[in-house]
Amino acid sequence: MELVRSHVLVCGGTGCTSSGSKQIIEEFETQLKNFDIDKEVKVIQTGCFGFCAMGPIVIVYPEGSFYSMVQKEDVAEIVEQHLLKGKIVTRLLYKETVEEDNVKSLNEIDFYKKQHRVALRNCGVIDPENIDEYIACDGYKALGKALTEMTPQEVIQEVKDSGLRGRGGGGFPTGVKWDFASKSVNDQKYVLCNADEGDPGAFMDRSVLEGDPHSVIEAMAIAGYAIGANQGYIYVRAEYPIAVHRLQVAIDQAREYGILGKNIFETGFDFDLEIRLGAGAFVCGEETALMTSIEGRRGEPRPRPPFPAVKGLWDKPTILNNVETYANIPVILLNGAKEFAKLGTETSKGTKVFALGGKINNTGLVEVPMGTTLREVVYEIGGGIPNGKQFKAAQTGGPSGGCIPADLIDTPIDYDSLIKIGSMMGSGGLIVMDEDTCMVDIAKFFLEFTVDESCGKCVPCRIGTKRLLELLNKITDGTGTLEDIDEMETLCNTIKSSALCGLGQTAPNPVLSTLKYFRDEYVEHVVDKKCRAGVCKALLSYKIDADKCKGCTLCARQCPVGAISGKVKEAHIIDTTKCIKCGVCESTCKFGAISK
Amino acid sequence: MENVNIKIDGIEISVPKNYTVLQAARMANIHIPTLCYLEGINEIGACRICVVEIKGARSLQAACVYPVNEGMEVYTNSPAVRKARKANLELILSNHDRKCLTCVRNRNCELQKLAEEFGIKEIRYDGSSDPVFALDQSSPSLVRDNNKCVLCRRCVAACANQAVSVIGLKNRGFVTEVGCAFDAPIFETSCIYCGQCIVSCPVGALYEKDDIPKVQKAIDNTEKHVVVQTAPAVRAALGEEFGLPMGTPVTGKMVAALRRLGFDKVFDTDTSADLTIMEEGTEFIERFTKGENLPLITSCSPGWVKFCEHNYPEFINNLSSAKSPMEMFGAVIKSYYAEKQNIAKENIYSVAIMPCTSKKFEAQRPEHSSSGAQDIDASLTTRELARMIKEAGIQFNELPDEEFDSPFGEATGAGVIFGATGGVMEAAIRTVYELLEGKPLENLEIAPIRGMDGVKEAELTIAGKKVKVAVCHGTKNAKALLERVKAGEKYDFIEVMACPGGCVNGGGQPIVSSEDRVGKDIRVERAKALYAEDRSAALRKSHENPVIQTLYDTYFEKPCSHKAHELLHTTYTKRNKF
Amino acid sequence: MKSLADLEAIRNKTVNKVGLRKENAEETRIVVGTATCGIAAGARPVMQAFVEEIQKRNLSNTFVTQTGCIGVCRLEPIVEVYAPGQEKVTYVKMTPEKAQKVVLDHVVNGKIVEEYTIGKAE
Repeated sequence: MELVRSHVLVCGGTGCTSSGSKQIIEEFETQLKNFDIDKEVKVIQTGCFGFCAMGPIVIVYPEGSFYSMVQKEDVAEIVEQHLLKGKIVTRLLYKETVEEDNVKSLNEIDFYKKQHRVALRNCGVIDPENIDEYIACDGYKALGKALTEMTPQEVIQEVKDSGLRGRGGGGFPTGVKWDFASKSVNDQKYVLCNADEGDPGAFMDRSVLEGDPHSVIEAMAIAGYAIGANQGYIYVRAEYPIAVHRLQVAIDQAREYGILGKNIFETGFDFDLEIRLGAGAFVCGEETALMTSIEGRRGEPRPRPPFPAVKGLWDKPTILNNVETYANIPVILLNGAKEFAKLGTETSKGTKVFALGGKINNTGLVEVPMGTTLREVVYEIGGGIPNGKQFKAAQTGGPSGGCIPADLIDTPIDYDSLIKIGSMMGSGGLIVMDEDTCMVDIAKFFLEFTVDESCGKCVPCRIGTKRLLELLNKITDGTGTLEDIDEMETLCNTIKSSALCGLGQTAPNPVLSTLKYFRDEYVEHVVDKKCRAGVCKALLSYKIDADKCKGCTLCARQCPVGAISGKVKEAHIIDTTKCIKCGVCESTCKFGAISK
Repeated sequence: MENVNIKIDGIEISVPKNYTVLQAARMANIHIPTLCYLEGINEIGACRICVVEIKGARSLQAACVYPVNEGMEVYTNSPAVRKARKANLELILSNHDRKCLTCVRNRNCELQKLAEEFGIKEIRYDGSSDPVFALDQSSPSLVRDNNKCVLCRRCVAACANQAVSVIGLKNRGFVTEVGCAFDAPIFETSCIYCGQCIVSCPVGALYEKDDIPKVQKAIDNTEKHVVVQTAPAVRAALGEEFGLPMGTPVTGKMVAALRRLGFDKVFDTDTSADLTIMEEGTEFIERFTKGENLPLITSCSPGWVKFCEHNYPEFINNLSSAKSPMEMFGAVIKSYYAEKQNIAKENIYSVAIMPCTSKKFEAQRPEHSSSGAQDIDASLTTRELARMIKEAGIQFNELPDEEFDSPFGEATGAGVIFGATGGVMEAAIRTVYELLEGKPLENLEIAPIRGMDGVKEAELTIAGKKVKVAVCHGTKNAKALLERVKAGEKYDFIEVMACPGGCVNGGGQPIVSSEDRVGKDIRVERAKALYAEDRSAALRKSHENPVIQTLYDTYFEKPCSHKAHELLHTTYTKRNKF
Repeated sequence: MKSLADLEAIRNKTVNKVGLRKENAEETRIVVGTATCGIAAGARPVMQAFVEEIQKRNLSNTFVTQTGCIGVCRLEPIVEVYAPGQEKVTYVKMTPEKAQKVVLDHVVNGKIVEEYTIGKAE
């Protein structure tokens, strides 16, 4: 058996391959042979590291040296210096890994300093598949308290007093919702949990279910006690297999402990839970559609009233809350409404979890008190925009939300402030955009999502969003007119005012908010046929600056459609009729001669 | 029911608490346009044409589903409402195959009417309307053209209301379409071809398979002796196609029109309905006396028969083996009549005018060729007949009343009421009673089995024995009744009609728009015409029909004879659900 | 379990292990973040490597357990080591190879592998 002392991992993901990792692997093999160490060092092509922006990436083990943006010319140096002589080539290392610092604990880093973890209190702390650990963190104590020390009405009052509002998007006061359902008289009521998280980029519900499933179970049992229901369903999307698994483990454990089932804590209260899997339709996150789906029918919204608190699942009074909302409930009951309400603003109490994504350094999940400003989230927690670029806008609320422009970056993030500026809280996706983002394109991205996910029941959403998208396409194609922009605005208002469900009514928001704050960009696309972010391909044309071009022919060789021609050492030209605007030439040119 | 006070467009009105805004507005004589709404069948608020402004509500609301509440203020004609309605209509039109001139529903289209009412002169949204759908022409009865479909879902609801549910929505968003599971053509499903989807469709996305050309060809062929029979329900509704009020009987004019269209003989299906009663009545007496295969269940309705074959094959032995009146007539024409008239049956072309789309399927069934040829060559709907009359330039309303041709022109009131729910049972009882009791039945009109209740029952004493009968209409009610039978409830005789209300509301009848259905029950209105004709008939019992008596005396010998079994009875086939 | 007293008993039994794990200075706990983000970044082989390494070295009083997402998904796989008498140490962007080193240096020899810690990464 041969002894391998080092591994060279070269990323073979799509991103790195397109930035040349294949050649790098070949070069490594050649160089290792040159130095006669090819037996003891093994080159491995790996899957994507998820760090495509810094590709091609090469990692050398056992040292774990993380080389980024490695060029073919660098390979010989790595082989000779690092693999032969054991000296790491620091100039090629990714910078974050080389800064000098002491051992810091997790909580000391900026990312966590401003956070306040309530809903996520146990995530990353306990073993989600071990109910004892949840109990050790005061788990099921709130349920015990509710069942033994409080009347259902007192539970509802506590939730009402806490000021907790729905974390799934709408922000309806949770206690009020429970109160409605508790007042509906019926022999059967249901407690539902909406875990059909569907906003692009949002994953806080998944995190709670994966990290702290018992908190949701406990809260649902409390809700059942409050409204007089003894059956609950958790509607989880099937694309969350780990969440589903852990939830099932948790339910089984809770049953085994007698925390679900008959006569819980010897109080005579019965409650049980079942999981229902969603097949991935975005619309099934809408409450009536979710219920229709649980009933086994095509997941589509129905008109309200009647509201679910009166006529919900199988026409019985039903409450539906989102995962994150439930995760707050045990804390409210244990520490009291007053304590909970200390965090947040006048009308938005507590904390909110956000999934930070897009052009931001620290992507991930953050939980901050309501009222934290967008600036704090982006710069203090999120670590700002990468590569020194300018913050342009942030998108909240997913496809139902809107874009917040740079001049509103000091807006406090709470339900009402966001609505006021034309966005919404939504489930908590927060996508940061920099100057390279085209706002028309962003609107198009979200609208494409809505068009694809529209259930097709009502006319404004089924046909209206499609027509809206066609108008947007005209604009990004450079064939739009100023009248089209006005027409879009009218159509947006029609959809907003007359669609059947919340999803349809909010579908135009990404268009409306970008029209509101970035209308000049729309006009620019139409009048100047220009996309300032350089995103809308139809409005771009690549040119070669004849003065800068050295005639190296690299671009001509890289062009996938053969649109570039020219003789060696002479200026090249691009045939714009053939060019597909893929941008490969621009990135391969070493002399900055190609621009759009 | 308690009332609430609301204000619509400034008009104060007190309406029942369970009303929707649409119902309340109608009470106040305020017109709110609708498209997807079909009273009692499809109330889902999908098309957003009926949106109204409700004070305090965040967005516009669909009047057809929004419940009234005390003190509510509604605006049905505000600028926001008008704008939204018009925009939504334009959106629908932007994705509609707007070939109105060549559409089967031209001038009888709810979408076209809305476009006219809203004054649509141009469609602002001119985007793609793909995908282009292929027509589903797989069945002998129905055609689906999803290019015309506006996704109102009225057909889907109507199908579910029949407990058939072979159509539903496929895909989502802009590419949503109505169709069958697994993209199967309708012919491969358990569709019963009742055509309730067609009469529910506001546009031209559903229509009957057009059999006019082949009938026309037969008429134009001088070699062919073309006979036509018309079902009772046709005369009760044909007038509607020519602007006559609902429920106007047009028997005489219809006969005159058929002659002018070139049919060689115009016969009355009522006559063979009397024959059916004789056969089925005798069959009942036999089974009832022996206590075998009870309850006896009628088999005149081909939609019902197919429903039973697919969903309740365990009841096939309960179905009356007597053919439907149309098929009995078909067999008699190509046997008895052919022999009597000395015409080779190959040269006879037998046409039936039916209120029914399922009859097109029934006519094609292989079981129905006992005369040696297919007993019925073509079955046309009431609507197709109206189209033929219009195309021929016949001024229908100006026609004189004419009589059916002999020898099959004579019919009784019993045959006439076949077209309404309960009619077959009533006709059968009139005959069975007299055959068993040997004395005339005093009250011929059996009230408990008339009317529009889904399932009607009566208990009679005939010849000292209790006879329990039930009548249901609409296959959803049939399903409910059969489940009760399966659970052990005992009946002796059951009438089932596939369509709600019976043949008067068949899938081949003139289409009545959602709006014109408001405030009246088309089933009741049309049935009235039939009951009126029965009441004024000289003969009201099938066994009194002289034509029938002659048929038995000279040809069939007696009901349920060997010959009758050969020609007038049939068998059924178990069919799969999928 | 039937009563609240039972619940309290379980709580007391387990409380030293979680949250304030360091107080119970008997055992070393290696907690691997195995939410979707962690698993996608390779937490499963990392966890496996820890288990194998501990078995191989026959380390007593050392346990590997899992937990949910702690939010810094971009640094996954994240592993926290609670060694007796020490603050917890958070290792980020872990790999099976790094896991071996952490077991050897940190768990066995008590020397924190600084270059893998979150402080370094930040």
